[in-house]
Amino acid sequence: MHRFANPGRFQRLATRVLPWLKGLTALSFLAGLYLALLASPPDYQQGETVRIMYVHVPAAWMALFAYLLLGLASASSLIWRHPLADIAAQALSPIGAAFTLVALATGSLWGKPMWGTYWVWDARLTSFLLLFFLYLGHMALLDAFDDRNRGRRSAAVLALVGLVNLPIIKFSVDWWNTLHQPASITRMDGPSIDPSMLWPLLTMAVAFHLFLLTALLERMRTLLMEARLRAQRQARFEAMQAEQG
Amino acid sequence: MKRKTLRLYLLVISLALLGTATGLVLSAINSDLISYFVSPTQVTKEPVEPGRTVRLGGLVEVDSVGKLDDGATHRFRVTDLSNSVEVLYRGVLPDLFREGQGVVVEGSFNDNGRFVAAEVLAKHDENYLPAEVVKALKESGRWQEGAAATAINGSEGVDP
Repeated sequence: MHRFANPGRFQRLATRVLPWLKGLTALSFLAGLYLALLASPPDYQQGETVRIMYVHVPAAWMALFAYLLLGLASASSLIWRHPLADIAAQALSPIGAAFTLVALATGSLWGKPMWGTYWVWDARLTSFLLLFFLYLGHMALLDAFDDRNRGRRSAAVLALVGLVNLPIIKFSVDWWNTLHQPASITRMDGPSIDPSMLWPLLTMAVAFHLFLLTALLERMRTLLMEARLRAQRQARFEAMQAEQG
Repeated sequence: MKRKTLRLYLLVISLALLGTATGLVLSAINSDLISYFVSPTQVTKEPVEPGRTVRLGGLVEVDSVGKLDDGATHRFRVTDLSNSVEVLYRGVLPDLFREGQGVVVEGSFNDNGRFVAAEVLAKHDENYLPAEVVKALKESGRWQEGAAATAINGSEGVDP
């Protein structure tokens, strides 16, 4: 594992893999969007509005998945103090926040015609909004201290504490009465969604996974270059001071 | 013990403690506080005082939807298959509203024991089916409006 955790090696690997990943992401989005928006049938209750689901559900999954990754990165940053884990955590929170926002916005747009309201304070929606604030809090804490290491450590602790929210989001629809419907895919008795709609959804889910991976690697690469630039500038500044002094 | 191993154990233990604490709090807390609505059986067993705002959730009872004589107030019953409550609502019903469909109504009981709703929200279930399949099933007479709705007495689904 530590073989790939070397920043220099990661940089080379990411640079080589990224063009392929980007192409694959674009292709799977083309396939997914075609299936979801054109090829799949309208729903018997929701009509065409069901198509919002093909963006809403994968975005919500990615919001949760990104947080899980953020938790893992934060744990390895705290335990092994590995620079690449710090970079991964820093790269993840804006991506996760963006997916959360997409899920919240599309859900709201679906809720108005279907439920009759943009927003309710039920357990699912409220815990998901909390996820958005956790991401924002992580981003804010990273920059809240003059000492970058202190910022990283407090942000990692926040991310780890926030992990308890993940099962709450997942099971909120089973534990309590909510306006949000229960799960359609991960059910004991199989998905309650017709195969003609399940396959477009799963294709979109593949596209969203690839997009998450692409965005993560690209952001990590950029953050690493930024860090190197900062180190160089610092070194030059110190050299200049040494010359003058 | 190496410092890294120590940190690993500390982290795992604190996460386990945090998880247990959260689990205990969630199981100890009265789930009515977190639940978005109460059922007709709950308000039948423990009547809510008139005028207090509550949300009531259940299915729209089959053959219960109608209008009052004023022609503008909707009247229907919300049921959980054991008990039902009569609801009055003046306003526009959501698109998904129909007999056998889940709803959440917000409002309060009046002095006559009838529930006056200020807001009616449709609850969507977790079933996704192509409209054409349902149409074909209806034509062949094999369509059942969901397990819950069938239990009420085999309702006739209405196309959206």
